[in-house]
Amino acid sequence: MEIKVLKDILSANDQRARENRALLDEHHVFTVNITASPGAGKTSVILETIHRLKDRITFGVVEGDVSSSIDAKMVGKEGVPVVQINTGGTCHLDATMVSNALSNLPLAKIDLLIIENVGNLICPASFALGEDRKVLVASVPEGHDKPHKYPVMFSQADVVILNKMDLLPHTDFDLKAFESAVDGLSNKAQILRVSCKTGEGIEAWIAWLLEQLPAC
Amino acid sequence: MHELSITQMMLDLVLEEARKNDAARVQAITLVIGKMSGIVDDCVRFYFDFLSRDTIAKGARLAFKPVPAKARCRECGREFKLEELKWVCPGCGTTCIEIVGGKELYVESIEVE
Repeated sequence: MEIKVLKDILSANDQRARENRALLDEHHVFTVNITASPGAGKTSVILETIHRLKDRITFGVVEGDVSSSIDAKMVGKEGVPVVQINTGGTCHLDATMVSNALSNLPLAKIDLLIIENVGNLICPASFALGEDRKVLVASVPEGHDKPHKYPVMFSQADVVILNKMDLLPHTDFDLKAFESAVDGLSNKAQILRVSCKTGEGIEAWIAWLLEQLPAC
Repeated sequence: MHELSITQMMLDLVLEEARKNDAARVQAITLVIGKMSGIVDDCVRFYFDFLSRDTIAKGARLAFKPVPAKARCRECGREFKLEELKWVCPGCGTTCIEIVGGKELYVESIEVE
């Protein structure tokens, strides 16, 4: 007997992501999901964000890595509640992992929850976590061709941070090609040129973030 | 490793449908997989054999229906296949392109007894 199913394989994850979102909304937590390739500077962006805003808003951080708690320790030093998820080989965070992390965070005391996804521009595009915004961190040394190599990820981003701008003079990175590729794929993503090393562009990132946050 | 999670979710979904229909065995599964979904058929087969070994779906035939990547030009509205994933509209030459097909990832049907 043949049974028509027509059900999305990711529907269980999508459902769990909606539950996460509802829980976060209930506690007035605004959530960003930060994705990037390994080494683009996700953790540096998070640390800069905490440094600049910790006197104005409260943070929570979920760190996703295949292994180790290096990032969680770094963020924890800032006095911010942080949960490390070790995926044990899995190349992305999913909504269930985040749901478990949420039960270990003081949600009532958090204005902004930052989820640092596993460094990977493929799979995290498929797994909703319950976030309000998707932030993609790219970096100059990766090359300007990344948007067309990972089009789904770039097409979903609400903002693209191009990090390591300080290295631009030392590379063949074509800024115009990168930015027009991102513009082409995404109708909405702002592109912010940033260097966590020199501080260039961080203010623009902070301004973008504060614009997204509900008044607090 | 992407396919491991996806295959597990697919199997859970299939077993749930089979249970609802009081099936004793799942003989075949038809999946619709878009070119942009990043799923490799052979990986799904490999993981499926492993994950389904103690279930009523053990030994089920997997059929894959691929869906090509399709785009729509945001400037002129033309829809076109993304052949070799070239990101330029063949109508007006712009690169303002929206992905409208090829992200599919669903179970179309199952065959049970």
